[in-house]
Amino acid sequence: MIRELSFIDVLYLIAATRWTLALTAIAFAGGGLVGLAVALLRVSGLAPLRWLGGLYVLVVQGTPLLAWLFVFFFGFSIFGITVSPWIAAAASYSIYAGAFLGEIWRGCLQAIPRTQWEAGASLGLGFTQQLRYIIVPQALRLAIPPTVGFLVQLIKNTSLAAVIGFIELTREGQLTTATTFRPFTVYLIVAAIYFALSSR
Amino acid sequence: MNHDPSVCFADTSPTALGRSSFGGGRASAARMTYSFQFRDVFAAWEFLLDGLVLTLELSLFTMVVGLAIGVAGAAARVYGPPWLSRPVAVYVEAIRNTPLIVQLFLIFFGLPSAGIKFDADTAAFIALSINLGAYSIEIIRAGLEAIPRSQIEAGQSLGLSGLQIFRYVIVFPALKTMYPALASQFVLLMLATSVVSQISAQDLFHMASIIQSRTFRDFEVYVVVAAAYLALAMIFRLLFAGLYQLVFARR
Repeated sequence: MIRELSFIDVLYLIAATRWTLALTAIAFAGGGLVGLAVALLRVSGLAPLRWLGGLYVLVVQGTPLLAWLFVFFFGFSIFGITVSPWIAAAASYSIYAGAFLGEIWRGCLQAIPRTQWEAGASLGLGFTQQLRYIIVPQALRLAIPPTVGFLVQLIKNTSLAAVIGFIELTREGQLTTATTFRPFTVYLIVAAIYFALSSR
Repeated sequence: MNHDPSVCFADTSPTALGRSSFGGGRASAARMTYSFQFRDVFAAWEFLLDGLVLTLELSLFTMVVGLAIGVAGAAARVYGPPWLSRPVAVYVEAIRNTPLIVQLFLIFFGLPSAGIKFDADTAAFIALSINLGAYSIEIIRAGLEAIPRSQIEAGQSLGLSGLQIFRYVIVFPALKTMYPALASQFVLLMLATSVVSQISAQDLFHMASIIQSRTFRDFEVYVVVAAAYLALAMIFRLLFAGLYQLVFARR
């Protein structure tokens, strides 16, 4: 049924933003774990581990996020598992964010001079101790600006979850468009909310 | 299940006719309740090829237009008067802080209510160009600002005209500095073209949905298409590396 676009629809859109933020938080948490693993693999002393990390980044950064969403959401039904949009989105975004965060954090780890590692070694610290007490605290400071930058990308990219029926801001915009038939106004409001979320 | 369910579905696809002998590996998956069948996907290769062509067209045209917008916009942003650089800044910020899919929806679903109608391919092309243009402006602007003032003065003292200075002293070195960032943005753009399937532009990803609905081979279709995108991304990266050697490396 078509009805007029009213203020309550704007409130619904703003309310739907919480799912955008929730998905961003899940993606950041999952992606953070994957990214940490990828970054550590990429700076590891063993060449095969470095290759493994490199391969992961190559594959994930070379495939569209949409493909991951569809593989998880539609693809896994062949095993008789019904994947909810939440699970599919959480898995896809963790994989996706993991590759990018992994590369960002690898860069930060590698920006710490080699001599810092050697200083740690000469103090008798092991690899994990060097990483934990010397490298990571310094790398963390470098990592904050690019990580926040990627987080903004992530907020915007959660909009793709709308295509698998995940109710967030963009999906709510689609639904509002369907009931009010005012796509231009609705999507402008949606864009404005994303703008407010991601601009500094 | 005694026989493979894909056999009956294979015949529903017009392009699959006469190709049933293609592929194998049915026996190896006998223990699973589901057996992977990639042949229905490959049997529809003509669909995939059509989609691939549109994806490539969209990517290439968008890259050219996006680069042009990027150079012009960055020049306006850095050297232009305030009445020009302000709107460019607003454009860049508005596009970079909103998702591509919302921009697509605005142009494809929103603009017709203002009386401006595009078909899906044109809307996709416009949205992608506007999107890439904004990112390119920001990247190239950083390159322009990295050119030392003394370089421009050196150009002036050699008697170069304003346009010559811009072309040889400013844009060329700026593009060289920002080439890696620009190239990776272009590859990301190529991957992002998959989003245009959501406004029914018949790109590679849209073709995957068509094959999916005809064969019900969801997993296989999307794995094959993801692999195709991966191959494309690697080819683009190689081409961009080659282009760098060709254009910038010898100087």
